[in-house]
Amino acid sequence: MSEPPSILDILGPIMIGPSSSHTAGASRIGFIARQLLNDKPSRAEITLYNSFAKTHKGHGTDRALVGGILGFGPDDTRIRNSFELAKKEGLEWEFKFSSDFNRFHSNTARIKLTGEQGGSVDLTGASLGGGRIRIQEIEGFKVDFNAQTHTLVIIAEDIPGSIKNISGAIAERGTNIANMYVSRNEQLANMVLEMDQSVDKETLKKIESFPWVKFVRRVEPMIEGTSRYEK
Amino acid sequence: MEFNYLSEIVDYCRREGKDIAQAMVDYEIRNKGTTRERVYEGLKRILIVMEESVEQGLTQQVITPSGMLNNWAKRIYQSPKETLGVALKKAVARAVAVGEVNACMGKIAAAPTAGSAGIMPAVLVTMIEEHGISRQRILDALLVASAVGLVFAKNSSFAGSEAGCMGETGSAAAMAAASITYLLGGSDEQILESIGFALKASMGLVCDPVGGLVEEPCTTRNAVGVANAFVSAQMALAGIKSLIPADEVILATKEVGDLMSPKLKESGQGGLANTKTGREIQKKVFKIVKEEGRSS
Repeated sequence: MSEPPSILDILGPIMIGPSSSHTAGASRIGFIARQLLNDKPSRAEITLYNSFAKTHKGHGTDRALVGGILGFGPDDTRIRNSFELAKKEGLEWEFKFSSDFNRFHSNTARIKLTGEQGGSVDLTGASLGGGRIRIQEIEGFKVDFNAQTHTLVIIAEDIPGSIKNISGAIAERGTNIANMYVSRNEQLANMVLEMDQSVDKETLKKIESFPWVKFVRRVEPMIEGTSRYEK
Repeated sequence: MEFNYLSEIVDYCRREGKDIAQAMVDYEIRNKGTTRERVYEGLKRILIVMEESVEQGLTQQVITPSGMLNNWAKRIYQSPKETLGVALKKAVARAVAVGEVNACMGKIAAAPTAGSAGIMPAVLVTMIEEHGISRQRILDALLVASAVGLVFAKNSSFAGSEAGCMGETGSAAAMAAASITYLLGGSDEQILESIGFALKASMGLVCDPVGGLVEEPCTTRNAVGVANAFVSAQMALAGIKSLIPADEVILATKEVGDLMSPKLKESGQGGLANTKTGREIQKKVFKIVKEEGRSS
């Protein structure tokens, strides 16, 4: 499902140094975790794997991940002070370090976020170089997306008609689904939908209202120069 | 519309009667649903950040937290000694300037990565100053550079952890060489030759940053990458052939990257990072950057 890269991403991104994979990519993974949580984060447990674990300190990977969780984009100078700002925002964080070259890309972070409302999310993402990233696991499901387009992540009971009902709810509002990927475990299915436009709140509510739907989250593409959740 | 190889881009140019810069505008419009105006606006933003990062490094105090880099760019720029004239000296200083700004968590354009962010700005600013090239033409040179980056990203890797410094300053030098060759009126074939030369000179370059920081040797390798770009473009513009076609050289970088030990790929375990002095610096750096593993 790899989209053709933008030439502006190849010549960029415009970012806070020092490393596109270890700083900009890390902030993007953090930012996607924040969007998947869909709440003000109160606790972050972050496990760094492989190269991330070895060299995070010198590259500001830790500050960039926490900055991303606070909603800072890769070109937001507040990344430099993200630890101090996280304390002010009431976000507790903890880093753990591990190594598994067989299972994970060399720059991998797993983030478990808990929100103030008690919700949580668990995702694993890899930073591929040049600021490009892939999210590879959400809530234990294998996924593969980069959030460069409007993305919807849904976990639902694996029952007949679930895909039809969800795609129907989206199509009803005139939103075009560009790609859809499904993975399954025993009872549940995970769907990642990539769309040409953002899904509106009514559609989200409708999907949430299906009794067999467990989890719906919207992830919007990150645009340079915009940080969200600013005070 | 997919461009997987440089030869496909050159074929497209021949078919459509366009140059590589315009082929890349077409690519972006087709694949990203954007417009020509928005593409150029984006390029302008990138060029501005590039110019500002050069300016910052040459005018402001730049001392990295580790102390490894300490206003080197200014020292080079003001040095009374010139090995090959003032142009090369200034170009080298500009690359180091961006390296220093980047290491201080300053704002840069990662073309194609942050660790290699000094090469493109240094080359472009130097081309403006030495050859009086307009900023509009520089935007087209950025597009030509993006063609190299696109094909490199598809067939090899920019990540130091996958392709070593070859993937970072190597690919940046190739992008910059293509820009120079283009700006000085080289043919599409000559542009490809310059890419081949630049990558061949970077083949197998490891990623072994001292103390795990994007400071040294990254910054001075950016400076050398600038020289590589000018030398490679010089040979190509003279009509010298690189023998191995640029696309095949790119595929070779992928093979070489895969064969390189993980210890030599941004893991801080081999090469300069693993020297006696490198280890001592790492110990000092870790004392300076105090552990902040948890919030409480």
